[in-house]
Amino acid sequence: MSRETLIDLLYLFSATTFILALKGLGSPKHARQGNGIAAFGMLVAIVATFFKYVDGHALHHVWLILLAMFIGVIIAVPTARFVKMTAMPQLVAIFNGVGGGAAALVSITEFVHIKATHPATYVTLEVLLGVLIGTVSFSGSAIAFAKLQELMTGRPVTYPGQQVLNGIFGAGALALIVTILVTNSSALLWVLLALAFILGVAFVLPIGGADVPVLISLLNAFTGLAVAASGFTLGSNLLIVAGTLVGASGILLTRMMSKAMGRSLSNVLFSAFGSNITATGDGNREDGRTVRSGSPEDAGVLMNYASRVVIIPGYGLAVAQAQHVVRELAEQLEAKGIEVFFAIHPVAGRMPGHMNVLLAEANVPYEQLLELDEANSELQTADVALVVGANDTVNPAAKDDKDSPIYGMPIISADLAENVLFLKRSMRPGFAGIENELLYNPKTMLIFGDAKDTLTKILATVKGA
Amino acid sequence: MGNVLLQYATVLILTIFVGTEIIAKVPSILHTPLMSGSNAIHGVILVGSMLILGSANTNLEEVLGFLAVLLATLNVVGGFVVTDRMLEMFKTKPKAAVKKTDEVAQ
Repeated sequence: MSRETLIDLLYLFSATTFILALKGLGSPKHARQGNGIAAFGMLVAIVATFFKYVDGHALHHVWLILLAMFIGVIIAVPTARFVKMTAMPQLVAIFNGVGGGAAALVSITEFVHIKATHPATYVTLEVLLGVLIGTVSFSGSAIAFAKLQELMTGRPVTYPGQQVLNGIFGAGALALIVTILVTNSSALLWVLLALAFILGVAFVLPIGGADVPVLISLLNAFTGLAVAASGFTLGSNLLIVAGTLVGASGILLTRMMSKAMGRSLSNVLFSAFGSNITATGDGNREDGRTVRSGSPEDAGVLMNYASRVVIIPGYGLAVAQAQHVVRELAEQLEAKGIEVFFAIHPVAGRMPGHMNVLLAEANVPYEQLLELDEANSELQTADVALVVGANDTVNPAAKDDKDSPIYGMPIISADLAENVLFLKRSMRPGFAGIENELLYNPKTMLIFGDAKDTLTKILATVKGA
Repeated sequence: MGNVLLQYATVLILTIFVGTEIIAKVPSILHTPLMSGSNAIHGVILVGSMLILGSANTNLEEVLGFLAVLLATLNVVGGFVVTDRMLEMFKTKPKAAVKKTDEVAQ
Protein backbone atom coordinates (compact mmCIF):
# COMPACT_ATOMS: atom_id res chain seq x y z
CA MET A 1 0.00 0.00 0.00
CA SER A 2 1.34 3.41 -0.89
CA ARG A 3 2.00 6.08 1.70
CA GLU A 4 -0.80 8.29 0.33
CA THR A 5 -3.38 5.51 0.48
CA LEU A 6 -2.46 4.70 4.06
CA ILE A 7 -2.80 8.34 5.08
CA ASP A 8 -6.16 8.60 3.31
CA LEU A 9 -7.33 5.48 5.16
CA LEU A 10 -6.35 7.05 8.46
CA TYR A 11 -8.26 10.20 7.47
CA LEU A 12 -11.30 8.03 6.73
CA PHE A 13 -10.95 6.57 10.22
CA SER A 14 -10.89 10.09 11.70
CA ALA A 15 -13.97 11.18 9.77
CA THR A 16 -15.78 8.11 11.11
CA THR A 17 -14.88 8.97 14.70
CA PHE A 18 -16.35 12.46 14.24
CA ILE A 19 -19.66 10.95 13.14
CA LEU A 20 -19.57 8.53 16.09
CA ALA A 21 -18.99 11.43 18.49
CA LEU A 22 -22.09 13.22 17.25
CA LYS A 23 -24.03 9.99 17.47
CA GLY A 24 -22.84 9.53 21.06
CA LEU A 25 -24.46 12.84 21.94
CA GLY A 26 -27.82 11.14 21.49
CA SER A 27 -27.80 10.34 25.21
CA PRO A 28 -25.84 11.65 28.20
CA LYS A 29 -24.65 8.10 28.89
CA HIS A 30 -22.40 7.69 25.86
CA ALA A 31 -21.67 11.31 25.13
CA ARG A 32 -18.36 11.58 26.98
CA GLN A 33 -17.03 8.39 25.44
CA GLY A 34 -17.94 9.68 21.97
CA ASN A 35 -16.08 12.91 22.56
CA GLY A 36 -13.01 10.94 23.61
CA ILE A 37 -13.18 8.82 20.46
CA ALA A 38 -13.35 11.94 18.28
CA ALA A 39 -10.37 13.46 20.11
CA PHE A 40 -8.42 10.28 19.38
CA GLY A 41 -9.51 10.39 15.73
CA MET A 42 -8.31 13.98 15.54
CA LEU A 43 -4.94 13.00 16.97
CA VAL A 44 -4.59 10.24 14.38
CA ALA A 45 -5.34 12.72 11.58
CA ILE A 46 -2.79 15.21 12.89
CA VAL A 47 -0.03 12.63 13.27
CA ALA A 48 -0.76 11.20 9.82
CA THR A 49 -0.51 14.67 8.30
CA PHE A 50 3.12 14.98 9.41
CA PHE A 51 3.95 12.13 7.01
CA LYS A 52 2.09 13.59 4.06
CA TYR A 53 3.80 14.74 0.86
CA VAL A 54 2.74 18.07 -0.61
CA ASP A 55 3.77 19.05 -4.16
CA GLY A 56 5.94 15.94 -4.26
CA HIS A 57 8.03 16.43 -1.12
CA ALA A 58 7.72 16.01 2.64
CA LEU A 59 6.42 18.85 4.84
CA HIS A 60 8.79 21.77 5.42
CA HIS A 61 8.93 23.77 8.62
CA VAL A 62 8.09 20.83 10.88
CA TRP A 63 9.65 22.63 13.86
CA LEU A 64 7.64 25.74 13.10
CA ILE A 65 4.46 23.64 13.02
CA LEU A 66 5.32 22.04 16.35
CA LEU A 67 6.12 25.43 17.88
CA ALA A 68 2.76 26.90 16.80
CA MET A 69 0.99 23.82 18.17
CA PHE A 70 2.89 24.04 21.43
CA ILE A 71 1.89 27.68 21.94
CA GLY A 72 -1.70 26.78 21.09
CA VAL A 73 -1.83 23.96 23.64
CA ILE A 74 -0.26 26.11 26.37
CA ILE A 75 -2.99 28.71 25.90
CA ALA A 76 -5.98 26.45 25.21
CA VAL A 77 -5.75 23.83 27.95
CA PRO A 78 -5.80 26.09 31.02
CA THR A 79 -8.45 28.33 29.43
CA ALA A 80 -10.71 25.38 28.72
CA ARG A 81 -10.14 23.77 32.11
CA PHE A 82 -10.75 26.74 34.33
CA VAL A 83 -13.39 28.85 32.63
CA LYS A 84 -16.68 29.12 34.55
CA MET A 85 -19.71 27.34 33.16
CA THR A 86 -21.59 30.65 33.02
CA ALA A 87 -18.85 31.90 30.69
CA MET A 88 -19.23 28.89 28.37
CA PRO A 89 -20.97 30.86 25.57
CA GLN A 90 -18.08 33.34 25.36
CA LEU A 91 -15.57 30.51 25.27
CA VAL A 92 -17.41 28.66 22.50
CA ALA A 93 -17.65 31.98 20.60
CA ILE A 94 -13.91 32.56 20.86
CA PHE A 95 -12.92 28.98 19.90
CA ASN A 96 -15.34 29.23 17.02
CA GLY A 97 -13.85 32.56 15.94
CA VAL A 98 -10.27 31.26 15.89
CA GLY A 99 -11.42 28.25 13.87
CA GLY A 100 -13.03 30.59 11.33
CA GLY A 101 -9.87 32.70 11.31
CA ALA A 102 -7.71 29.62 10.66
CA ALA A 103 -9.98 28.56 7.79
CA ALA A 104 -9.75 32.04 6.26
CA LEU A 105 -5.94 32.04 6.62
CA VAL A 106 -5.70 28.62 4.97
CA SER A 107 -7.78 29.87 2.04
CA ILE A 108 -5.77 33.12 1.66
CA THR A 109 -2.44 31.33 1.78
CA GLU A 110 -3.63 28.76 -0.72
CA PHE A 111 -4.66 31.59 -3.06
CA VAL A 112 -1.23 33.22 -2.81
CA HIS A 113 0.36 29.80 -3.29
CA ILE A 114 -1.54 28.68 -6.39
CA LYS A 115 -2.07 32.04 -8.09
CA ALA A 116 0.97 31.59 -10.33
CA THR A 117 -0.43 28.32 -11.71
CA HIS A 118 -3.58 30.05 -13.03
CA PRO A 119 -6.06 27.80 -11.23
CA ALA A 120 -9.47 26.92 -12.67
CA THR A 121 -12.28 29.37 -11.89
CA TYR A 122 -14.04 26.99 -9.52
CA VAL A 123 -10.86 26.58 -7.44
CA THR A 124 -10.60 30.35 -7.04
CA LEU A 125 -14.29 30.50 -6.14
CA GLU A 126 -13.82 27.93 -3.35
CA VAL A 127 -10.88 29.93 -2.02
CA LEU A 128 -12.82 33.19 -2.03
CA LEU A 129 -15.84 31.65 -0.31
CA GLY A 130 -13.52 30.22 2.34
CA VAL A 131 -12.01 33.68 2.91
CA LEU A 132 -15.39 35.42 3.05
CA ILE A 133 -17.20 32.96 5.35
CA GLY A 134 -14.21 32.30 7.60
CA THR A 135 -13.53 36.00 8.12
CA VAL A 136 -17.18 36.86 8.80
CA SER A 137 -17.20 34.07 11.37
CA PHE A 138 -13.98 35.38 12.93
CA SER A 139 -15.01 39.02 13.34
CA GLY A 140 -18.65 38.14 14.13
CA SER A 141 -17.51 35.80 16.90
CA ALA A 142 -15.22 38.50 18.25
CA ILE A 143 -18.16 40.90 18.61
CA ALA A 144 -20.36 38.15 20.08
CA PHE A 145 -17.58 37.48 22.59
CA ALA A 146 -17.39 41.20 23.50
CA LYS A 147 -21.15 41.29 24.04
CA LEU A 148 -21.24 38.15 26.18
CA GLN A 149 -18.18 39.13 28.21
CA GLU A 150 -19.88 42.52 28.74
CA LEU A 151 -16.99 44.38 27.20
CA MET A 152 -19.75 46.23 25.35
CA THR A 153 -23.51 46.61 25.75
CA GLY A 154 -25.64 43.49 25.33
CA ARG A 155 -28.47 45.55 23.88
CA PRO A 156 -28.72 45.83 20.09
CA VAL A 157 -26.44 48.53 18.67
CA THR A 158 -28.35 50.42 15.98
CA TYR A 159 -27.68 53.47 13.85
CA PRO A 160 -29.58 55.12 11.00
CA GLY A 161 -29.35 53.35 7.65
CA GLN A 162 -27.94 50.22 9.27
CA GLN A 163 -29.90 47.74 7.18
CA VAL A 164 -29.06 49.55 3.93
CA LEU A 165 -25.39 49.77 4.85
CA ASN A 166 -25.24 46.05 5.73
CA GLY A 167 -26.92 45.29 2.42
CA ILE A 168 -24.25 47.33 0.63
CA PHE A 169 -21.44 45.50 2.48
CA GLY A 170 -22.94 42.13 1.52
CA ALA A 171 -23.52 43.07 -2.12
CA GLY A 172 -20.04 44.65 -2.26
CA ALA A 173 -18.42 41.42 -1.06
CA LEU A 174 -20.23 39.39 -3.73
CA ALA A 175 -19.29 41.93 -6.45
CA LEU A 176 -15.66 41.73 -5.33
CA ILE A 177 -15.71 37.94 -5.59
CA VAL A 178 -16.94 38.17 -9.18
CA THR A 179 -14.28 40.77 -9.99
CA ILE A 180 -11.49 38.64 -8.53
CA LEU A 181 -12.73 35.61 -10.46
CA VAL A 182 -12.47 37.60 -13.69
CA THR A 183 -9.21 39.48 -13.04
CA ASN A 184 -7.43 36.95 -10.77
CA SER A 185 -6.08 39.94 -8.82
CA SER A 186 -4.44 39.24 -5.47
CA ALA A 187 -4.55 42.92 -4.44
CA LEU A 188 -8.34 42.75 -4.45
CA LEU A 189 -8.17 39.68 -2.21
CA TRP A 190 -6.97 41.90 0.64
CA VAL A 191 -9.86 44.27 -0.02
CA LEU A 192 -12.25 41.31 0.20
CA LEU A 193 -10.65 40.29 3.47
CA ALA A 194 -11.15 43.77 4.94
CA LEU A 195 -14.73 43.98 3.70
CA ALA A 196 -15.57 40.52 5.11
CA PHE A 197 -14.15 41.63 8.45
CA ILE A 198 -16.37 44.74 8.51
CA LEU A 199 -19.37 42.68 7.37
CA GLY A 200 -18.98 40.29 10.32
CA VAL A 201 -18.87 43.17 12.80
CA ALA A 202 -21.76 45.09 11.23
CA PHE A 203 -23.90 41.95 11.04
CA VAL A 204 -23.56 41.08 14.74
CA LEU A 205 -23.86 44.60 16.24
CA PRO A 206 -27.68 44.91 15.97
CA ILE A 207 -28.32 41.46 17.52
CA GLY A 208 -29.40 41.71 21.17
CA GLY A 209 -28.17 39.59 24.08
CA ALA A 210 -31.30 37.43 24.26
CA ASP A 211 -30.82 36.36 20.65
CA VAL A 212 -27.23 35.30 21.16
CA PRO A 213 -28.10 31.55 21.36
CA VAL A 214 -29.26 31.75 17.73
CA LEU A 215 -26.28 33.84 16.70
CA ILE A 216 -23.70 31.49 18.22
CA SER A 217 -25.11 28.45 16.49
CA LEU A 218 -25.18 30.35 13.19
CA LEU A 219 -21.55 31.43 13.53
CA ASN A 220 -20.63 27.82 14.34
CA ALA A 221 -22.29 26.78 11.09
CA PHE A 222 -20.32 29.48 9.22
CA THR A 223 -17.00 28.16 10.47
CA GLY A 224 -18.03 24.64 9.49
CA LEU A 225 -18.84 25.79 5.97
CA ALA A 226 -15.56 27.73 5.72
CA VAL A 227 -13.70 24.55 6.70
CA ALA A 228 -15.63 22.56 4.08
CA ALA A 229 -14.68 25.19 1.47
CA SER A 230 -11.00 24.81 2.42
CA GLY A 231 -11.49 21.06 2.06
CA PHE A 232 -12.52 21.57 -1.57
CA THR A 233 -9.48 23.75 -2.21
CA LEU A 234 -6.98 21.43 -0.56
CA GLY A 235 -8.65 18.32 -1.95
CA SER A 236 -9.32 16.83 1.48
CA ASN A 237 -12.36 14.63 2.07
CA LEU A 238 -11.67 14.80 5.81
CA LEU A 239 -12.08 18.57 5.89
CA ILE A 240 -15.19 18.39 3.72
CA VAL A 241 -16.84 15.78 5.96
CA ALA A 242 -15.94 17.50 9.24
CA GLY A 243 -16.82 20.98 8.00
CA THR A 244 -20.14 19.85 6.56
CA LEU A 245 -21.11 17.98 9.73
CA VAL A 246 -20.56 21.14 11.73
CA GLY A 247 -22.32 23.27 9.13
CA ALA A 248 -25.37 20.98 9.19
CA SER A 249 -25.42 20.88 12.99
CA GLY A 250 -25.11 24.66 13.26
CA ILE A 251 -27.88 25.33 10.77
CA LEU A 252 -30.20 22.80 12.41
CA LEU A 253 -29.61 24.28 15.87
CA THR A 254 -30.11 27.78 14.51
CA ARG A 255 -33.52 26.79 13.17
CA MET A 256 -34.48 25.02 16.41
CA MET A 257 -33.53 28.08 18.44
CA SER A 258 -35.47 30.54 16.32
CA LYS A 259 -38.45 28.19 16.48
CA ALA A 260 -38.13 28.07 20.28
CA MET A 261 -38.45 31.85 20.25
CA GLY A 262 -41.41 31.77 17.90
CA ARG A 263 -39.63 34.01 15.43
CA SER A 264 -38.18 33.62 11.99
CA LEU A 265 -34.42 33.57 11.53
CA SER A 266 -34.52 36.83 9.56
CA ASN A 267 -36.47 38.45 12.39
CA VAL A 268 -33.81 37.35 14.86
CA LEU A 269 -30.94 38.56 12.70
CA PHE A 270 -32.26 41.82 11.33
CA SER A 271 -34.90 43.27 13.66
CA ALA A 272 -32.66 44.51 16.52
CA PHE A 273 -35.09 42.80 18.92
CA GLY A 274 -35.16 44.18 22.46
CA SER A 275 -34.28 47.77 21.58
CA ASN A 276 -37.81 48.97 22.46
CA ILE A 277 -38.64 48.82 26.13
CA THR A 278 -42.37 49.24 26.72
CA ALA A 279 -42.76 48.04 30.30
CA THR A 280 -42.70 50.70 33.02
CA GLY A 281 -41.32 48.38 35.65
CA ASP A 282 -42.93 50.18 38.62
CA GLY A 283 -45.73 47.69 39.27
CA ASN A 284 -48.49 50.28 38.78
CA ARG A 285 -50.85 49.68 35.92
CA GLU A 286 -53.53 51.77 34.33
CA ASP A 287 -56.22 49.20 35.09
CA GLY A 288 -55.32 49.36 38.78
CA ARG A 289 -54.32 45.69 39.14
CA THR A 290 -51.50 45.15 41.55
CA VAL A 291 -49.10 42.39 42.36
CA ARG A 292 -49.24 40.23 45.47
CA SER A 293 -45.96 39.85 47.27
CA GLY A 294 -44.94 37.52 50.06
CA SER A 295 -41.98 36.48 52.18
CA PRO A 296 -39.61 33.58 51.60
CA GLU A 297 -41.12 31.94 54.70
CA ASP A 298 -44.60 32.02 53.08
CA ALA A 299 -43.07 30.34 50.06
CA GLY A 300 -41.38 27.67 52.18
CA VAL A 301 -44.62 26.84 53.97
CA LEU A 302 -46.50 26.63 50.70
CA MET A 303 -43.96 24.20 49.28
CA ASN A 304 -44.04 22.05 52.36
CA TYR A 305 -47.70 21.31 51.68
CA ALA A 306 -47.17 20.59 48.00
CA SER A 307 -46.90 17.13 46.54
CA ARG A 308 -45.41 18.23 43.23
CA VAL A 309 -43.13 21.20 42.58
CA VAL A 310 -41.82 22.36 39.21
CA ILE A 311 -38.85 24.73 39.27
CA ILE A 312 -38.50 27.02 36.26
CA PRO A 313 -34.96 28.42 36.14
CA GLY A 314 -33.74 31.20 33.88
CA TYR A 315 -30.38 32.78 33.28
CA GLY A 316 -30.94 35.06 36.31
CA LEU A 317 -30.45 31.95 38.47
CA ALA A 318 -26.92 31.55 37.16
CA VAL A 319 -26.18 35.26 37.47
CA ALA A 320 -27.15 35.05 41.16
CA GLN A 321 -24.93 31.93 41.52
CA ALA A 322 -27.93 30.13 43.01
CA GLN A 323 -27.64 26.75 41.20
CA HIS A 324 -26.30 24.95 44.24
CA VAL A 325 -28.91 26.33 46.64
CA VAL A 326 -31.70 25.40 44.25
CA ARG A 327 -30.33 21.86 43.98
CA GLU A 328 -30.23 21.59 47.76
CA LEU A 329 -33.80 22.84 47.98
CA ALA A 330 -34.85 20.21 45.43
CA GLU A 331 -33.10 17.47 47.42
CA GLN A 332 -34.72 18.63 50.65
CA LEU A 333 -38.19 18.59 49.10
CA GLU A 334 -37.60 15.15 47.62
CA ALA A 335 -36.51 13.84 51.01
CA LYS A 336 -39.96 14.82 52.22
CA GLY A 337 -41.56 12.79 49.45
CA ILE A 338 -42.37 15.78 47.25
CA GLU A 339 -41.83 15.29 43.53
CA VAL A 340 -39.50 17.89 42.01
CA PHE A 341 -38.78 18.67 38.36
CA PHE A 342 -36.89 21.39 36.53
CA ALA A 343 -38.60 22.86 33.49
CA ILE A 344 -36.03 24.12 31.01
CA HIS A 345 -36.94 26.41 28.16
CA PRO A 346 -34.77 25.79 25.06
CA VAL A 347 -33.51 29.38 25.01
CA ALA A 348 -32.89 29.68 28.76
CA GLY A 349 -29.31 30.85 29.19
CA ARG A 350 -26.95 32.35 26.67
CA MET A 351 -26.47 29.44 24.29
CA PRO A 352 -28.52 26.40 23.25
CA GLY A 353 -28.87 24.04 26.24
CA HIS A 354 -26.87 26.31 28.53
CA MET A 355 -29.20 26.00 31.55
CA ASN A 356 -28.88 22.19 31.49
CA VAL A 357 -25.10 22.48 31.78
CA LEU A 358 -25.37 24.94 34.66
CA LEU A 359 -27.68 22.61 36.57
CA ALA A 360 -25.59 19.55 35.75
CA GLU A 361 -22.61 21.38 37.23
CA ALA A 362 -24.63 21.80 40.44
CA ASN A 363 -25.19 18.00 40.47
CA VAL A 364 -28.85 18.02 39.49
CA PRO A 365 -29.41 14.55 37.95
CA TYR A 366 -30.38 14.88 34.32
CA GLU A 367 -33.57 12.78 34.74
CA GLN A 368 -35.05 15.74 36.59
CA LEU A 369 -34.53 18.15 33.70
CA LEU A 370 -37.65 18.39 31.55
CA GLU A 371 -37.95 19.76 28.05
CA LEU A 372 -40.73 22.18 27.17
CA ASP A 373 -43.54 19.75 26.26
CA GLU A 374 -42.92 17.35 29.14
CA ALA A 375 -42.69 20.31 31.49
CA ASN A 376 -46.04 21.72 30.42
CA SER A 377 -47.80 18.42 30.95
CA GLU A 378 -46.23 18.05 34.42
CA LEU A 379 -47.28 21.59 35.28
CA GLN A 380 -50.95 20.76 34.83
CA THR A 381 -50.85 18.64 37.96
CA ALA A 382 -48.24 20.65 39.87
CA ASP A 383 -49.07 22.40 43.14
CA VAL A 384 -46.29 24.93 42.92
CA ALA A 385 -44.37 26.44 40.01
CA LEU A 386 -41.25 28.17 41.28
CA VAL A 387 -39.93 30.72 38.77
CA VAL A 388 -36.32 31.72 39.47
CA GLY A 389 -34.53 34.20 37.23
CA ALA A 390 -36.79 33.54 34.25
CA ASN A 391 -39.22 36.08 32.82
CA ASP A 392 -39.97 36.23 29.10
CA THR A 393 -40.04 32.43 28.81
CA VAL A 394 -43.05 32.21 31.18
CA ASN A 395 -44.89 35.28 29.85
CA PRO A 396 -48.46 34.30 28.87
CA ALA A 397 -48.55 37.23 26.44
CA ALA A 398 -46.79 34.85 24.04
CA LYS A 399 -50.04 32.85 23.95
CA ASP A 400 -52.75 35.50 24.43
CA ASP A 401 -51.59 38.88 23.20
CA LYS A 402 -51.43 39.13 19.41
CA ASP A 403 -49.73 42.54 19.62
CA SER A 404 -46.93 41.37 21.88
CA PRO A 405 -43.48 41.21 20.28
CA ILE A 406 -43.04 37.72 21.71
CA TYR A 407 -46.43 36.47 20.46
CA GLY A 408 -46.08 32.92 19.13
CA MET A 409 -43.06 31.97 21.24
CA PRO A 410 -43.61 28.58 22.89
CA ILE A 411 -43.52 29.21 26.65
CA ILE A 412 -43.42 27.23 29.85
CA SER A 413 -46.99 27.56 31.11
CA ALA A 414 -46.26 28.27 34.77
CA ASP A 415 -49.83 29.56 35.10
CA LEU A 416 -51.13 25.98 34.76
CA ALA A 417 -49.88 25.15 38.25
CA GLU A 418 -52.04 25.65 41.34
CA ASN A 419 -49.69 28.34 42.73
CA VAL A 420 -46.92 30.35 41.15
CA LEU A 421 -43.98 31.60 43.21
CA PHE A 422 -42.09 34.24 41.26
CA LEU A 423 -38.65 35.14 42.58
CA LYS A 424 -37.61 38.52 41.29
CA ARG A 425 -35.04 41.16 42.08
CA SER A 426 -37.36 44.03 41.10
CA MET A 427 -40.28 44.76 38.80
CA ARG A 428 -37.87 45.34 35.93
CA PRO A 429 -38.87 43.61 32.68
CA GLY A 430 -36.90 40.80 31.03
CA PHE A 431 -34.79 40.96 27.89
CA ALA A 432 -37.73 41.53 25.56
CA GLY A 433 -38.50 44.71 27.52
CA ILE A 434 -42.21 43.97 27.95
CA GLU A 435 -44.64 43.64 30.84
CA ASN A 436 -45.29 40.13 32.19
CA GLU A 437 -48.98 39.38 32.72
CA LEU A 438 -48.12 36.43 34.96
CA LEU A 439 -46.95 38.81 37.71
CA TYR A 440 -50.52 40.15 38.03
CA ASN A 441 -52.17 36.72 38.04
CA PRO A 442 -54.06 36.13 41.33
CA LYS A 443 -52.30 32.72 41.60
CA THR A 444 -48.92 34.42 41.66
CA MET A 445 -46.99 35.40 44.74
CA LEU A 446 -43.92 37.55 44.19
CA ILE A 447 -40.92 37.28 46.43
CA PHE A 448 -38.55 40.17 45.95
CA GLY A 449 -34.85 39.94 46.57
CA ASP A 450 -31.65 38.33 45.40
CA ALA A 451 -32.41 34.81 44.15
CA LYS A 452 -29.69 33.17 46.23
CA ASP A 453 -30.74 34.92 49.47
CA THR A 454 -34.39 34.15 48.92
CA LEU A 455 -33.75 30.51 48.09
CA THR A 456 -31.54 30.12 51.16
CA LYS A 457 -34.37 31.45 53.34
CA ILE A 458 -36.94 29.21 51.65
CA LEU A 459 -34.62 26.26 52.21
CA ALA A 460 -34.32 27.11 55.92
CA THR A 461 -38.11 27.18 56.26
CA VAL A 462 -38.52 23.86 54.44
CA LYS A 463 -35.82 22.27 56.61
CA GLY A 464 -37.31 23.64 59.82
CA ALA A 465 -40.86 22.44 59.18
CA MET B 1 -10.41 17.56 -12.77
CA GLY B 2 -14.18 17.72 -13.20
CA ASN B 3 -14.46 14.19 -11.80
CA VAL B 4 -12.60 15.15 -8.65
CA LEU B 5 -14.99 18.04 -8.09
CA LEU B 6 -17.93 15.68 -8.54
CA GLN B 7 -16.45 13.26 -6.01
CA TYR B 8 -16.10 16.05 -3.41
CA ALA B 9 -19.65 17.22 -4.12
CA THR B 10 -20.89 13.66 -3.53
CA VAL B 11 -19.17 13.53 -0.16
CA LEU B 12 -20.61 16.96 0.70
CA ILE B 13 -24.20 16.05 -0.13
CA LEU B 14 -24.11 12.68 1.64
CA THR B 15 -22.55 14.26 4.73
CA ILE B 16 -25.31 16.88 4.88
CA PHE B 17 -27.88 14.08 5.11
CA VAL B 18 -25.91 11.99 7.62
CA GLY B 19 -25.23 15.07 9.77
CA THR B 20 -28.83 16.24 9.78
CA GLU B 21 -30.11 12.75 10.68
CA ILE B 22 -27.73 12.31 13.61
CA ILE B 23 -27.98 15.80 15.00
CA ALA B 24 -31.79 15.83 14.95
CA LYS B 25 -31.56 13.00 17.52
CA VAL B 26 -29.50 14.99 20.03
CA PRO B 27 -31.73 15.89 23.00
CA SER B 28 -31.94 19.54 23.95
CA ILE B 29 -30.24 18.95 27.31
CA LEU B 30 -27.05 18.19 25.34
CA HIS B 31 -27.20 21.13 22.96
CA THR B 32 -24.34 23.01 24.61
CA PRO B 33 -21.97 20.01 24.46
CA LEU B 34 -23.14 19.50 20.86
CA MET B 35 -22.06 23.03 20.02
CA SER B 36 -18.71 22.82 21.74
CA GLY B 37 -18.13 19.29 20.44
CA SER B 38 -18.87 20.23 16.84
CA ASN B 39 -16.75 23.29 17.47
CA ALA B 40 -13.85 21.00 18.29
CA ILE B 41 -14.53 18.95 15.15
CA HIS B 42 -14.18 21.95 12.84
CA GLY B 43 -10.77 22.35 14.45
CA VAL B 44 -9.75 19.73 11.89
CA ILE B 45 -8.78 22.82 9.90
CA LEU B 46 -5.51 22.21 11.76
CA VAL B 47 -4.77 19.51 9.19
CA GLY B 48 -5.23 22.07 6.42
CA SER B 49 -3.14 24.62 8.30
CA MET B 50 -0.28 22.11 8.68
CA LEU B 51 -0.31 21.43 4.94
CA ILE B 52 -0.26 25.17 4.23
CA LEU B 53 2.66 25.91 6.55
CA GLY B 54 4.40 22.73 5.48
CA SER B 55 4.42 23.82 1.84
CA ALA B 56 5.06 27.53 2.38
CA ASN B 57 7.63 29.05 -0.01
CA THR B 58 7.61 32.73 0.90
CA ASN B 59 7.79 34.67 4.15
CA LEU B 60 4.20 35.80 3.74
CA GLU B 61 3.01 32.20 3.42
CA GLU B 62 5.07 31.21 6.44
CA VAL B 63 3.59 33.93 8.64
CA LEU B 64 0.01 33.21 7.55
CA GLY B 65 0.56 29.46 7.90
CA PHE B 66 2.07 29.80 11.37
CA LEU B 67 -0.91 31.89 12.51
CA ALA B 68 -3.31 29.35 10.99
CA VAL B 69 -1.69 26.43 12.85
CA LEU B 70 -1.73 28.40 16.11
CA LEU B 71 -5.40 29.40 15.82
CA ALA B 72 -6.48 25.93 14.70
CA THR B 73 -4.67 24.32 17.65
CA LEU B 74 -6.50 26.64 20.06
CA ASN B 75 -9.74 25.59 18.40
CA VAL B 76 -9.17 21.86 18.44
CA VAL B 77 -7.54 21.45 21.86
CA GLY B 78 -9.78 23.94 23.67
CA GLY B 79 -12.87 22.47 22.03
CA PHE B 80 -12.24 18.86 23.06
CA VAL B 81 -11.06 19.70 26.59
CA VAL B 82 -14.03 21.89 27.42
CA THR B 83 -16.52 19.41 25.94
CA ASP B 84 -15.05 16.60 28.01
CA ARG B 85 -15.24 18.72 31.14
CA MET B 86 -18.88 19.51 30.46
CA LEU B 87 -19.98 15.96 29.66
CA GLU B 88 -18.30 14.69 32.81
CA MET B 89 -20.82 16.72 34.82
CA PHE B 90 -23.91 15.06 33.38
CA LYS B 91 -24.75 12.48 36.01
CA THR B 92 -27.65 10.24 36.67
CA LYS B 93 -29.48 10.07 39.98
CA PRO B 94 -27.15 8.91 42.77
CA LYS B 95 -28.00 5.60 44.41
CA ALA B 96 -29.65 6.63 47.72
CA ALA B 97 -27.82 8.22 50.63
CA VAL B 98 -24.95 9.79 48.77
CA LYS B 99 -23.50 12.83 50.54
CA LYS B 100 -26.70 14.10 52.08
CA THR B 101 -24.65 16.35 54.30
CA ASP B 102 -22.71 18.40 51.79
CA GLU B 103 -23.17 22.05 52.51
CA VAL B 104 -24.22 24.68 50.03
CA ALA B 105 -21.26 24.77 47.71
CA GLN B 106 -19.40 28.09 47.66
